[in-house]
Amino acid sequence: MTDLSRRKLIIGGLAATAGVSGLGLAARIAQSYGLIPPDHGGIYGLGETLTYASQRLLTRHSLAREFHASQISKRPLANEIPPLNEAFKRLQAGGFADWRLSVNGMVDRPASFSLAQLKSYPSRSQITQLQCEEGWSYIAEWIGVPLSHVLGVVGIHPQARYVVYSSIDSNWWESIDMADALHPQTFLTYGMNGDELPVGNGGPLRMRLPRQLGYKSVKFITNLTVTDSLKSFGRGLGSASPETGYAWYAGI
Amino acid sequence: MARLESVRVPLEARVQSSASSAPVTIATSRHSALVRVTHWITALCFLALLVSGVEIVISHPRFYWGETGNVLTTPLFKLPIPSSRPLVPTGYGYVLPDQNGWSRYLHFQAAWVVVLTGLLYILSGLFTGHLRKNLLPGKADRSLRAFSTAIAHHLRFGRPSEAEAWSYNVLQRLTYLFVIFVLFPLVIWTGLAMSPAFVSAVPATVTSLGGQQSARTIHFFVSLALLVFLVVHVVMVCRAGFRSRMRAMITGRAGTHMERT
Repeated sequence: MTDLSRRKLIIGGLAATAGVSGLGLAARIAQSYGLIPPDHGGIYGLGETLTYASQRLLTRHSLAREFHASQISKRPLANEIPPLNEAFKRLQAGGFADWRLSVNGMVDRPASFSLAQLKSYPSRSQITQLQCEEGWSYIAEWIGVPLSHVLGVVGIHPQARYVVYSSIDSNWWESIDMADALHPQTFLTYGMNGDELPVGNGGPLRMRLPRQLGYKSVKFITNLTVTDSLKSFGRGLGSASPETGYAWYAGI
Repeated sequence: MARLESVRVPLEARVQSSASSAPVTIATSRHSALVRVTHWITALCFLALLVSGVEIVISHPRFYWGETGNVLTTPLFKLPIPSSRPLVPTGYGYVLPDQNGWSRYLHFQAAWVVVLTGLLYILSGLFTGHLRKNLLPGKADRSLRAFSTAIAHHLRFGRPSEAEAWSYNVLQRLTYLFVIFVLFPLVIWTGLAMSPAFVSAVPATVTSLGGQQSARTIHFFVSLALLVFLVVHVVMVCRAGFRSRMRAMITGRAGTHMERT
């Protein structure tokens, strides 16, 4: 073995050791700063963690692009929706007067809100793009109450880390971290383009977060649970999406 | 083999052989270990990106220009293929199975690996002079005349010269530079421009392209250009001698054995 190759070997070994211990350290720091997604296991965990961690660092306070009223899509596409269940049809027949959003978990004052109550809070609107993971998109004006306002009303515990939300169709549930839950553009949406939110677009109540793809904007939501861990929800992967093969974090 | 040595022997080989007095077989490298490793990682990632990218396109094989586009708006063009979503009117009587879940996971994972590999390649290429020595056309080749001679030789399907076992000709150099410094950056940029979170932090990524749907359409065409490069690259490797070129990129040894007594 020549000097050159021995030196290369030593340098290579040191670099590898530094790399491995650096990775371990990075993983611990990332965990403590909440940069590890719940679906970090498995063969795609590396890419998923890199995407979530880097985007979280880059976008903690950034705002989704807002558009001019003239850019609103003429026909907001109502994507195919699963057949709505009996409970939904009953509420629809009653003009959604009995629709309730239950808020529970790590909150000081668990509550159940009617649509009228939600509409009594300061209303906000945003003209943002809804982007589907398939590739299509449309722009609409979304009207609602910021989720942060409702979380303020119920009072969240300081150790809260995620908000889990689910549709009246119990197979459809998602969760977001507190950076997204408290983000000013994350709305509980009840209106669109100056009118009620149509059923096809998620009415009467839809979670809307424009910095993630459409599948995180769950339609027909009836329940919010504030939690510090996603382990006890479903298979512990953060939402129904990873259980059907899709990523939990959909910022890309 | 003196002739060959005078043509092109990497610097390391010359230094090594003159320093050593014993008769040796010169173990010189056509491609450095770093170039070989990054080449194959990139090749693997490109295939993963290609397969997963095709799967993702199948879920909406329509392309638009501007900010928005969906089945209710007029597309720029449509691919005449069936779709994995019933939402898309394709003219086919069937819907393909949904493969977007793993495709998206794989697409972004491969993108991360290839971007990090590419950064390593470029940084080390600047540091070691690989980019300057092996990819930047040599002084003699930086004339229109040299360039047209190379193209003419190419169009006549001339066989690669002995020297080309050791070095890239001017067309290869320019093509590789174009792929590394134009196509790859473009495909990364247009990819990022489709990320709603990324553009919330860096809006110019997408506004400079005229909208998210424009970014998607450009992403498609740049990927197509990369695919054309891949096909031509493989064809050229076969023409130049599949075994010797593969050996050079796997073991580092060039096609010609050089022995010194």
